[in-house]
Amino acid sequence: MMFLGGPRREDPAQGREAAPRSAPAQAVEKLRAEGLKAWFGATLALKGISLGMKERRVTAIIGPSGCGKSTFLRCLNRMHEVAAGARAEGRVLLDGVDIYGRGVDPVQVRRRVGMVFQKPNPFPTMSIRDNVLAGAKLNGVRLREEDALFEKALRRAALWEEVKDVLARSGASLSGGQQQRLCSARALALDPEVLLMDEPCSALDPIATARVEELIHELAERLTIVIVTHNMQQAARVSHYTAFLYLGELVEYDETDVLFTKPQNPRTEEYITGRFG
Amino acid sequence: MAVSVTALGRLSLPRRLAPAFWGEAHLGDRAFRLCTAAFAAGALLTLAALALQMTRASALSLRRFGPGFVLGTEWDPVRESFGALPFLFGTVVSSALALLIAVPVSLGAAIFLSELAPGWLRSPIGFLLELLAAIPSVVYGLWGIFVLAPWLRDTVQRPLSGALGGLPFFSGTPRGFGMMAGGLILAIMVLPTIASVSREVMRAVPVGLREAALALGATRWETVRHSVLPSARSGLVGAIILGLGRALGETMAVTMVIGNRAEISASLFEPGYTMASVIANEFTEAAGDLYLSSLAEIGLLLFGVTLLLNALARLLVWRIARLPDGARRA
Repeated sequence: MMFLGGPRREDPAQGREAAPRSAPAQAVEKLRAEGLKAWFGATLALKGISLGMKERRVTAIIGPSGCGKSTFLRCLNRMHEVAAGARAEGRVLLDGVDIYGRGVDPVQVRRRVGMVFQKPNPFPTMSIRDNVLAGAKLNGVRLREEDALFEKALRRAALWEEVKDVLARSGASLSGGQQQRLCSARALALDPEVLLMDEPCSALDPIATARVEELIHELAERLTIVIVTHNMQQAARVSHYTAFLYLGELVEYDETDVLFTKPQNPRTEEYITGRFG
Repeated sequence: MAVSVTALGRLSLPRRLAPAFWGEAHLGDRAFRLCTAAFAAGALLTLAALALQMTRASALSLRRFGPGFVLGTEWDPVRESFGALPFLFGTVVSSALALLIAVPVSLGAAIFLSELAPGWLRSPIGFLLELLAAIPSVVYGLWGIFVLAPWLRDTVQRPLSGALGGLPFFSGTPRGFGMMAGGLILAIMVLPTIASVSREVMRAVPVGLREAALALGATRWETVRHSVLPSARSGLVGAIILGLGRALGETMAVTMVIGNRAEISASLFEPGYTMASVIANEFTEAAGDLYLSSLAEIGLLLFGVTLLLNALARLLVWRIARLPDGARRA
């Protein structure tokens, strides 16, 4: 079935070993931040970041707490500005078009650039089924198409087998890891081109984390993923490229293998070897 | 399952410590418990004593009219013939009218204050809104007499009567004072209650749920409609119940504008009479034991109606607060 999102790996551990091979250099840039600055009130949280994220690759953003990595991520689908007093400046090009440009509707941007949050946030009053379809319904999907759509989304999020018999139950009745995959399914049901993941595993146990990481691999075959993580092993496991942010600035960006084995900047080296952060 | 308890779940089903009433080890804790238990019992005892006393005071009327009192439409102190239906009608209709007007307006105000208003505007408006609830009802009544009733008569009722006078709701002479004025003044009085409680309930919805909707490409309105309101719904019904309670029991302002005539009419222009108003108006001049007893029975009836409507509303909260299966597994 085409919607399985590529062949499933037999052994998740092996899959995680195998993935972050150096990506072909010709991968196109899907998303590009240029001189991106972001404020909370008067506080400058991002001090002008320029970074490209390649299509169908996983880009990890790492850095110590407060370095602005979540803020950076939230600027990529214009979610930063929904907080009171928050604003952003600079350019973010999605397929070459500035999403901060004049006349761009943030609502449309967010439908193309999906997001999974740190804390799983399924809608508690909705069933599993309605949770998955929530975004699609906003887009006016017709009733007839719903069944196919939500099964496809749940399969892509690797949750279908676990929930197919309990679709009427509340999304909040699932375990934390399942909730996080439910939130991924909800985002995937909109068929986004980019998926932003903000520390998606920080509230999960190791087994649930492994499931989500496996999911990231599978998804990367179809879409562009940017993941913020405070876990360097995770960045090494799941990403093709890694960017290291510190105090609101981009310190270093490279292929993940290179960044973790031969960092150019002494700060990067100190961080990835655990000397600060 | 640490993360699945929703804000709603927390509002309606607080997680509790095991009660340890009898096996309390510390003397201080035991005294504390006894003390607070006594206060709680005091409230219940007061309620029971009130019900008992009202029943005794209305014994004469209960014996004379029996259950027919509730459905009796005549209120004639001279012939000592008493029936409560016009007052029951007046109370229920004026309160229903009040909710009909106040609920959409106050929910709208609450949504604005909680979701849309810029930060610097939120607290001043919220404060003013709560101030509305603090105005004494006699002041509302005076305003009703001098401003609201004449305005209704000239600006609302006359044109309505001209255009829709054929409908039973708008038939009769526009007088200003009447059911419409009563309902409207009640609406204004319950609005701040419903709006400020609703605002608090909506503020309690986790930011994560708003962001979840926004990140799916929901507009502000869609976020409120599909995420905030459903999560807050049981609290919102609670807010409306509070408003209803106030409307049912409100006496002074309604008495001053509703017209005080014990009649049942479909027309909103016609005067009406509420249970609370008739007690306030006639108690001091009630001559005769049966008259007094009948007024007491009206009080008892008001008590019963309030209790009944509150119970129904509770049932409603319980029904609509039910989440999909398993939502409360936590």
